[in-house]
Amino acid sequence: AFFWLVSLLLSSLIWFIAVKASDPRDEPLQRGLLIFGVVFSVLLQEVFRFLYYNLLRKAIEGLVALSEDGCSPISIQQMAYVAGVGFGLMSGAFSMINLLADALGPGTVGIHGDSQLYFLTSAFMTMVLIFLHTFWGILFFHGCEHRRWWEIAAVVVMHLAVSGSTFCNPLYVGSLVPSYLLMAIAAVWAYLLSGGSAQNVWRFLLCKS
Amino acid sequence: GVYSKDYGPEYAHCNTTVWNPVGSGLSYEDFDFPIFLLEDANETQVIKQCYQDHNIPRDGSGPEYPLCAMQLFSHMHAVTSTVTCMRRSSLQSTFSINPEIVCDPLLDYNVWSTLQPINSSGKVEPDKEVIMVATRIDSHSFFWNIAPGAESAVSSFVTHLAAAEALHKASDVHLLQRNVMFTFFQGETFDYIGSSRMVYDMENDKFPLRLDNIHSFVELNQVALRNGSALWMHTDPVSRLNASVGAQVRNLLDILSSSSVGSNVTLEEVEYSQPLPPSSFQRFLRARHIPGVVLTDHRAAFQNRYYQSMYDTPENIGVQYPAGLSPEETLEYVTDTAKALADVATVVARALYRLAGGANNTSAIQADPKTVTRMLYGFLIKMNNSWFQSIIKPDLQGILGKSNTRRKNTGMGLIPRGSFLSLNKGTAWLFPRGSLQSPTPPFSSQLYDYAWVQGSLEPNSTSRAPYCVRSTVHLSKALSPAFELRQWGSTEYSTWTESRWKEIRARIFLVASKELEIITLVVGIIILVFSLLATYFINAKADILFSLPRDPGAVAY
Repeated sequence: AFFWLVSLLLSSLIWFIAVKASDPRDEPLQRGLLIFGVVFSVLLQEVFRFLYYNLLRKAIEGLVALSEDGCSPISIQQMAYVAGVGFGLMSGAFSMINLLADALGPGTVGIHGDSQLYFLTSAFMTMVLIFLHTFWGILFFHGCEHRRWWEIAAVVVMHLAVSGSTFCNPLYVGSLVPSYLLMAIAAVWAYLLSGGSAQNVWRFLLCKS
Repeated sequence: GVYSKDYGPEYAHCNTTVWNPVGSGLSYEDFDFPIFLLEDANETQVIKQCYQDHNIPRDGSGPEYPLCAMQLFSHMHAVTSTVTCMRRSSLQSTFSINPEIVCDPLLDYNVWSTLQPINSSGKVEPDKEVIMVATRIDSHSFFWNIAPGAESAVSSFVTHLAAAEALHKASDVHLLQRNVMFTFFQGETFDYIGSSRMVYDMENDKFPLRLDNIHSFVELNQVALRNGSALWMHTDPVSRLNASVGAQVRNLLDILSSSSVGSNVTLEEVEYSQPLPPSSFQRFLRARHIPGVVLTDHRAAFQNRYYQSMYDTPENIGVQYPAGLSPEETLEYVTDTAKALADVATVVARALYRLAGGANNTSAIQADPKTVTRMLYGFLIKMNNSWFQSIIKPDLQGILGKSNTRRKNTGMGLIPRGSFLSLNKGTAWLFPRGSLQSPTPPFSSQLYDYAWVQGSLEPNSTSRAPYCVRSTVHLSKALSPAFELRQWGSTEYSTWTESRWKEIRARIFLVASKELEIITLVVGIIILVFSLLATYFINAKADILFSLPRDPGAVAY
């Protein structure tokens, strides 16, 4: 979570400087700067995910050295999951806290003149992002572990796609539907990588032991 | 008032005469929601714009959410009644280190002045007789600070001031047998706070005069809307049943009638059996049967259609100026209303001269319409004018600047009024600027009040020529005796209080429909419950779901 926070800080610093250095009345320029800021932030988040992976790798070596039976008490998959959850939770918190604070007072419709479904869609978007970060954590670490660069590239591309789809707002169909589809794909992929299979799901649903 | 089941029961509770039949009593209703009055067109434009954008029904059906809504804040700290809130305040101030007072009694000052100076800290001998002239100076309306009171208050006290000025023009005022006291009562709208307090002080020796000193009482009440030339004289029928009082009242009425000979005012008497209209005189009658008369422009019901309303504006009494005048010209322009009030003031002044024992010709006693019109302009249209600026003390100049709209209420600053009285009647000793030293008056300092006033602007410069004014104007506290006696539930005296309040404001915003809010909440709860259940089941069956671990140490949490 801390790593995600640092990445957000750096990317927002860059965007802030860019905005202040430019003309605030130029609408297309501002929009362009926003797009640039989003892309830059996504890339920076993935970079920090990679840095975190390296950190954990070194930590596992240390844990193995300290343990009694030569195995680390926590596997890299567990670390991948936890890292993903951390990223997701922190991004979710940042997305929703301001909104929740504004939700207290009157005048909650769309806050700044947006649609009245703003709260609902923001909540769903945040939920999908948290899930996605979790699954991406698993995919990313697996890709780094087994040197499958196309998995890493897929994570980055998916992240860019989801963030880019939010520019369709207030046409919420354009942002929520693709995001949920991508989440379904990432979920299935991460599940398969974590040791699941369709047969297991079938056995789970039929409540077999 | 004076009429009750013990005194004139047939007149009590407006049995005989209804004084204000068009009155709605709106100010005395209890509303449990705030009501705001917006005068600024910019503020109302915002509201209208929001309504046009969101709240207009389209195509015949009702408007759809989101809709425009407004939230009004008008928090009052006091509750229930005076008894409750005063009790709470007194408990707080007695026992708490940081007391939280919730309401305050209405408090201001009466202004009084005498023709011949009397020692305000001493006592007047019992055989010295005084004629009291009284008017009220406060008004009231439904909204705070919007109470011009043109007919109900301003007309009467402006006439009173003009009569005082006229009386001073008589040459032998200091030789008159009886003194005349010009009294301006504050808080009369709220159950006669000022007059009841003065009577209480007189009865308890806290005032230089006693009730025995009062020879007769003349009150001016709403004199601007005369029908034709008629001015009506009201008396109290119950006290006139007493022979001596009746004779004195008769004498009073005759003197008044004879003073109106040759003027544009015709004094008429109302029927003998009609009671007094609501007036400060009634409080004095409660204590002592003083002969007195109340002068009004109405015979029975008020001529004033906007009594205690925010529409009691200068237009209500016919104060209208031709278009295109500068503020200075408007100040000096003599309206017909001013002339009419000046006529009334002349009659009153001449009658007072006669009542006080003056025997000479009264043709010199003439009220000046120019003064009357300037006072009307200042009190009704624009307070911040050159004349008011020139007669006010320098440190009080801010009062004039604040209000350039018509406002008047009980808490209005009285000092301008004090300045008025002093100018209308006092002798001015001129001290040029720079040589200010405390004057060594030959009389005791409690006889007079000295004020250093700004003076008028010198031509073509911004400096003024101030001077010192000596006058016999005094202030007396106008706080209801109920609060002095701590009888907060008193039915004898006024117990009006004002609640403490927070800032009055409003905000405007859009609201979503209730259905949407409920849906949002329910969806959130469902997802929460579902996620908890899913987590539980996945955790319980983790070994089934993740049965092919790649690494030792299965993924389990």
